Amino acid sequence: MTASEFFHMGGYAFFVWSSYGIATLLLGWMFISPIFKRRQIIKELRMKYRQQERQQQDNPAES
Amino acid sequence: MKLPAILHKFSSPRNFYSMSGKLIPWLAWGFGLTLLAGLYTGFFVAPPDYQQGESYRIMFVHVPAAWMSMFIYVVMATSAAIGLIWRIKTADLMASMSAPIGAAFTFIALVTGSLWGKPMWGTYWVWDARLTSELVLLFLYLGFIALQASIEDPRNAARAGAVLAIVGVVNIPIIHYSVEWWSTLHQGATVSKLDKPSIHITMLIPLLLMAISFKLYYLASVLMRGRGEVLRREQNSRWVKDIVAAETQSGGVK
Repeated sequence: MTASEFFHMGGYAFFVWSSYGIATLLLGWMFISPIFKRRQIIKELRMKYRQQERQQQDNPAES
Repeated sequence: MKLPAILHKFSSPRNFYSMSGKLIPWLAWGFGLTLLAGLYTGFFVAPPDYQQGESYRIMFVHVPAAWMSMFIYVVMATSAAIGLIWRIKTADLMASMSAPIGAAFTFIALVTGSLWGKPMWGTYWVWDARLTSELVLLFLYLGFIALQASIEDPRNAARAGAVLAIVGVVNIPIIHYSVEWWSTLHQGATVSKLDKPSIHITMLIPLLLMAISFKLYYLASVLMRGRGEVLRREQNSRWVKDIVAAETQSGGVK
C-alpha cells in the first residue's frame, strides 16, 4: 500500500478523514482547554483573595 | 446506607484535588498508548470490508464515540443521583464536569454516523429511531448544561440538573434497543451479541482498543475539568487559599 493509496481510502477519503478530523479537533480542544481554565481560575482567585485582604486592612473593625 | 470507604475518601473535595492530580498523568498516558495502538491496528492491520471497502474504518471512531455518549450519560445521572441523595459535593462536580464531554462524544457519534451514512445509505440523515434518539441525547446533555448554567446557587443548580439527568436515563435503553424495536436503516448490534459477535477479530481488536482509549480519555478529561472547578467551588476553604498561594510562589501561574 502506497501513501497516496492510504490517503485515498478507496475513494472514501472525504468521509473517513472528515470523521477523524472532527473527532480529533473536538476531543483535542476539550482535552487542552481545562489546563488553561484551571490556570485562569487560580488567577481570578488570587486577585479576589488580595482584594479581600486589602479590604480587611482598610476596615479592620468590620472583619 | 453507607458509601464504601474509598468513595468516601475521594469524596472530600480536598482529597479529590490531590488524588486526581496523581491519577491524571497515568490516565493520559494510557489514553495516548491505546489510541496509537487502536489507530495503527484500525488502519494498517484490519483489512478492508468485503462490502463497504475502506469506508467502514469510520466505525473505529463512530462506534466507541456512540458507546461513550451513553456510558457518560449513565455515569452523569448516577453521580447526580448520589449527589442528590447523599449530598456529596464531589458527585455533583463529576456530574457537571461529565456533561460537556458526553455532549462532545454524542456530537461526534452523530457527525461521523452521518459521514458514514452518506456513502453507504445515500443520505446524511434519516429521522429513524436510532438517529433521533441519539439526537435527543445531545439535547439532554445541552439542556443539563444550560439548566445548571442558568441557576446561580450551586446547590439548587445541582439539584435541578440531577432531576433532569435522572429522568433522561429513560432515553438510554431506547437508544440501545431502537434498532430492534423499530425498522431502521441503522444496522443492529454486532459486538454485544456475546455468544458470537458477528465481527471479525482483526476488526474487533481496534474497535475495543479505541473503546478503552476513549474511556481513559473521559476519565483523564473529567478529572482535569473537576480539578479546576473544585477550586472555584471551594474558594472559601483554607486549603484552596494555600494552593493558590503555592501556585503563585512556584511561578506555575503568573
